[in-house]
Amino acid sequence: MIEEKFDAIVVGAGMSGNAAAYTMASHGLKVLQLERGEYAGSKNVQGAIMYANMLEKIIPDFRDDAPLERHLVEQRLWVMDDTSHTGIHYRSDDFNEAKPNRYTIIRAQFDKWFSRKVREAGATVLCETTVTELIRDAKDKVVGVRTDRTGGEIFADVVVLAEGVSGLLGTRAGLREMPKPKSVALAVKEMHFLPEEVIEQRFGLKAGEGCVIEAVGTISRGMAGLGFVYTNKESISLGIGCLVSDFAATMESPYVLLDALKSHPSIRPLIAGSEVKEYAAHLIPEGGYKAIPQLFGDGWVVVGDAAQLNNAVHREGSNLAMTSGRIAAEAIMQLKSRMRPMTRQNLVLYKIMLDNSFVIKDLKKYKDLPALLHTNSRNFFTTYPQLMSQAAQNFMRVDGTPKIDKEKASTAAFIKARSRWGLLSDAVRLVFAWR
Amino acid sequence: MTIAASRIEEKLFQNRYLVDSGRAHIKVRPHEKPSANLRALTRVCPAQCYELNDKGQVEITADGCMECGTCRVLCEASGEIEWNYPRGGFGVLFKFG
Repeated sequence: MIEEKFDAIVVGAGMSGNAAAYTMASHGLKVLQLERGEYAGSKNVQGAIMYANMLEKIIPDFRDDAPLERHLVEQRLWVMDDTSHTGIHYRSDDFNEAKPNRYTIIRAQFDKWFSRKVREAGATVLCETTVTELIRDAKDKVVGVRTDRTGGEIFADVVVLAEGVSGLLGTRAGLREMPKPKSVALAVKEMHFLPEEVIEQRFGLKAGEGCVIEAVGTISRGMAGLGFVYTNKESISLGIGCLVSDFAATMESPYVLLDALKSHPSIRPLIAGSEVKEYAAHLIPEGGYKAIPQLFGDGWVVVGDAAQLNNAVHREGSNLAMTSGRIAAEAIMQLKSRMRPMTRQNLVLYKIMLDNSFVIKDLKKYKDLPALLHTNSRNFFTTYPQLMSQAAQNFMRVDGTPKIDKEKASTAAFIKARSRWGLLSDAVRLVFAWR
Repeated sequence: MTIAASRIEEKLFQNRYLVDSGRAHIKVRPHEKPSANLRALTRVCPAQCYELNDKGQVEITADGCMECGTCRVLCEASGEIEWNYPRGGFGVLFKFG
């Protein structure tokens, strides 16, 4: 369908694909981007929080016209049992700065904007086009792609696989393994619409300010999982995600969990009277450092969720995606400018550059956490939250019991539930996995 | 179970889809008795696309599929399902995402 040869083909128009395509096109490379959705963003799902710094490195003046919802001034972490939550809140007026640090976004709208920037930078963007296969030459180097459009063979020096967590191309071509049930979480989300002022009242916000709540505890029914409530301008994104392996083992239904979360006494008042306009589901890479596949080869690199680049501990995904897309583009541009071919030997530059960035350094820091949380999910997501809640209630309720007896009762409850040895070993393992 | 079923239909009703009639992008391979993972899909699929028929086999109606890939992760490697993306432009179309 397209006769010409491109410097690079980017498969996918999510965060990593758009970052890669924009970076290369704005530096004069001839870029073709292929997206299977009707428009960029129509297949993409995220919570979603967007980190300004990582986008600033790609589009410094993005604040001028990007569709941003609210900049975040408050983050709450809730540990929940069935009727209560124990929370840590951090709120600071420092986040009301000229160039705010984090924003909530709505991905379909944000990705449309990003895609427009990619086109304006000079890339050719073809939507409604599913890439079906990688084309290789006699030496097994990837030299192009086949699509589901007629006559769809297109050639390029390098293919950037930005195809997302469930990308078929790379796995079918044997470039990486399919994600394992224990290394991906299934998250479901609803969009709850409310007037701006109602959201601001309920969360104690001024116009433009945002608040996020992330919640762990009995809401995940013993599975390793996280619930979230993000404030957008006139909607609330509310969802919950748990490991696919845990879902399969427990046979829990994600929409049952979501409905239970919505009716939790701590959540229900926040969304009361809202109109739900969308229900979405998506996988999130949770395997961390140990799940990262081979990142480059002859004629190809892989970026973003497809490369499992997601920091589950800090719930940073899109910024790792954007950064890996940008770095892959910069590596390709360097090779181009030095007239080096896009071979495995040369594309190692992408990995070297990524290893030196926060992306791999952060993932390496938490390399043992996924396994720890996976094997201890019931303790970390049910037993401890329940114990914390009971201890807090014991502490708050004034009923004539001497305080010393209350303290003893709380300590005894922890020891009864996990034993002294269990508590110590959980604590030690958590500290070692964290540091 | 029936309560959950009616709720999921209400949820999916909010979404926009362009269904590629006659070209289901996911197929379940004929089987006598479903494996544990295949059976789990009747509960775990967030769009409740998978259901047990009266012979105890798992069937799929992929119309409400949100293309999350959960069933692929659980059942593609074993060959129990055949999983593809819908043709370009078809399938779920998120308004918000």
